[in-house]
Amino acid sequence: MVEKSIKKFYIFLVFLFLYAPILVLIIFSFNNSRLQGSWEGFTLNWYRELFKSREIMKSLYYTLSIATLSSIIVTIIGTLSAIGIYNMKSFRKKIILNINYLPVLNPDIVTGISLMTLFIFLKIRLGYTTMLLSHITFNIPYVILAVLPKLKQMPKDMPEAAMDLGATPFYAFRKVILPEISSGIVTGALIAFTLSIDDFVISFFTTGSGVSNLSITIYSMARRGIDPKINALSTLMFVSVLILMIIINKRSSNKLKREGV
Amino acid sequence: MKKFTSYPYIIWSVIFIIFPLLLVLLYGITIPSKTSFFGFKLSIENFQRFCEPIYLRVLWKSVWLAILSTLICLIIGYPFSMILAKSSLKRRNKFVLLIVIPMWMNFLLRTYSWMTILGKNGIINNFLRIIGLPALDLLYNDGAVILGMVYNFLPFMILPIYTVLTKMNRNILEVAEDLGANRFVIFSKIVFPLSLPGVISGITMVFMPAVSTFVISKLLGGGQYWLIGNLVEEQFLRINDWHFGSAIALILMIVILFAMAIMNKYEDKEDRGVGLW
Amino acid sequence: MKKSFIVLIFILFLITIMTGCGEEKAQLYVYNWGDYIDEDVLDEFEEEYNVEVVYETYPTNEEMYVKINQGGTKYDVAIPSDYMIEKMIKEDLLHKIDMNNIENYDNVADRFKNLDFDPDNEYSVPYMWGTVGILYNEKMVDEEVNSWNILWDEEYDDEILMLDSQRDSFAIALKKLGYSINTNNEEELEEAKDELIKQKDLVLAYVGDEGKDMMVREEAALSVAWSGDATYLMEENENLNYVIPKKGSNLWYDNMVIPKTSENKELAEKFIDFMTRPDIALKNTEYIGYSTPNKKAMEELDEELRNNSVAYPSEEEVINSEVFLDPGEFLKVYDRLWTEVKAHQ
Repeated sequence: MVEKSIKKFYIFLVFLFLYAPILVLIIFSFNNSRLQGSWEGFTLNWYRELFKSREIMKSLYYTLSIATLSSIIVTIIGTLSAIGIYNMKSFRKKIILNINYLPVLNPDIVTGISLMTLFIFLKIRLGYTTMLLSHITFNIPYVILAVLPKLKQMPKDMPEAAMDLGATPFYAFRKVILPEISSGIVTGALIAFTLSIDDFVISFFTTGSGVSNLSITIYSMARRGIDPKINALSTLMFVSVLILMIIINKRSSNKLKREGV
Repeated sequence: MKKFTSYPYIIWSVIFIIFPLLLVLLYGITIPSKTSFFGFKLSIENFQRFCEPIYLRVLWKSVWLAILSTLICLIIGYPFSMILAKSSLKRRNKFVLLIVIPMWMNFLLRTYSWMTILGKNGIINNFLRIIGLPALDLLYNDGAVILGMVYNFLPFMILPIYTVLTKMNRNILEVAEDLGANRFVIFSKIVFPLSLPGVISGITMVFMPAVSTFVISKLLGGGQYWLIGNLVEEQFLRINDWHFGSAIALILMIVILFAMAIMNKYEDKEDRGVGLW
Repeated sequence: MKKSFIVLIFILFLITIMTGCGEEKAQLYVYNWGDYIDEDVLDEFEEEYNVEVVYETYPTNEEMYVKINQGGTKYDVAIPSDYMIEKMIKEDLLHKIDMNNIENYDNVADRFKNLDFDPDNEYSVPYMWGTVGILYNEKMVDEEVNSWNILWDEEYDDEILMLDSQRDSFAIALKKLGYSINTNNEEELEEAKDELIKQKDLVLAYVGDEGKDMMVREEAALSVAWSGDATYLMEENENLNYVIPKKGSNLWYDNMVIPKTSENKELAEKFIDFMTRPDIALKNTEYIGYSTPNKKAMEELDEELRNNSVAYPSEEEVINSEVFLDPGEFLKVYDRLWTEVKAHQ
């Protein structure tokens, strides 16, 4: 009995540690004062200012647009290369897979400065395009890593059988391979999308010309000191994540129920 | 014939992965030179410079803080994962969801929240003042930076360990119990060794971002607080010494490869941290 | 099938590149210090000239220089300080400004024209000027403040804010030691470095713009500050006071320039002219608190502000103060020593 309550208390403490800062952010987003320490009454002012802020709205636009574009491109390139890599001889496969691991294992800051060096070396203007190219670069490996295991699970001779029966390679790809690996592709696309939305370090080094994503804007605001607009933004982000997670969770648990698990 | 479909990516990775790293390598092993045709010449000066005690101390501090935060994450995270793995399925899913949600919040926001809590007029100090205690210096020191690291990276430790623990075969534990092993023996001889792959990937996933961060140290450590990541950032963005900056980046890569090599020795090659997603 | 995929990827690339530059309005890229303009002024400019202003900020001269020097940017207007303008002229990073297009140039008071860093005033138009000094909280500092030494006083452990800027930090240490802030003597600079390292334990943080908030909220007792910020902050918190230490300090001039990265010099000149217009200069100076070199705006200025000795110090107060010069090759020594200060644990 004692043990059980100790365990419960421990779980509670860890969750308190994880959530207290977020709760604090949310509460003080309604505080009628720029200072965070004490409560000065309720206001929605910071939310109004948030939506009025050109800087934040613009970076929200860039964040979403780059995440969408890059995850689409990455999913296509990643899936194709996964299929290609899967069909390769083991030696070359090993080399490519190792190269593929480089952006995953390298610290973000090294990826960031190396890409920045590249763009400046090639005299490409830093901005939207360079940020997009960088996001594609660091995301492809994750798609490949998500798709490859699904290809391995697929019976090896299935596409060949289809082609023997007269299917064109494209038809075989569409009707045989794609359905088998589609779950991996979706996972890969989702990972790419979230990583792109969340990225700070690589974007920080590879952007310019007034193009910045939310992370960069938050960083520069946070460096200027405490700003209740960031609290308001956090609250909105937290609420949307919460809703999203609840929906996903509901759907997957319904699916489990339907399948009778 | 299908392997042709990977050619776009191969070209891509040569341009955007290999070539940039070669550029960093090139910068790292050269110094600017007016007399040379290319504007720089081969030299190990950057590395020699890094060997001055002042920079070695920065490196050591970064590694040390990263090790400390990894350890703290492990100490907090392991028991937590164990309790989690033993609870009922429904509860488990709920708890995992609760762990994942903060990870979906932008990590800058999570770091920022500690600025508002630890500041001189932050929540903690205001509370202390109300109950009549003197205010504390909580922000802009080692403690704040470690706290920031632990807070940001704790889920990276919990999730892999939890995944491994839930996959563990219960029968083994029951057999051991039937054979009369006590709980300590079961843990130290069976549970912990079997969970090692999860622990290893947890350690890697916490240590890597912790040792290379420059954001947490900047926001919670203040402008004078330098870890190796800040050193790299400063050389590239303010001081404009790409040669020295690249050399430091190479050293950072070596540190991480070294840490990975140590970890890999223990790692079960088959399933490396895929369970996260 | 390969082909169709390659075509698809190609199309996506085209879309990407097109979204990257699919704007109709002309754009003006302004690169300025943080908190250094009334953003309403930018809106007014946008409206009047039917353009879009892309506005970005930097915390130090050095960061601005790196961004412009390394390329990859297309800033049309930047606002560096004296020594940085000198350096940028030397390195051929600036366009000459056609003063015929700056009709309002006449409004600039003569004492701000043809200064040493731009002797014939070909490259820059004055924006603001001021000094560096100590901003302190009278409630927390009892003694009289008139020397840089107070920033090394152990009584104020963890109560001191320094500027996260290499030139300003070294200037303070050099002045404390009684040297010139433009020294080219490596030993003197090494001494200054040792002073800064000695001080580091007492410093709460090296700050940029966030330091201003911390002073208003009384999170620190003493801070190195620029005069304009001090003017503004003293209105926010009446316990704050600003002094220029007796031994002297740094007197600085920030001018608007057109970097070579600019692709729209004509519009850049229009912007510079706009900023020099008396009503705009007045609005701007009233908002940010910095001192305007614009004599027409000065006439319109609120009497209280015009006589404010923080913003507009008498000559006597700045008699020991120097203007920064470009250290040239010696900058490498600065860079190395500053890295050592910051890396010191």
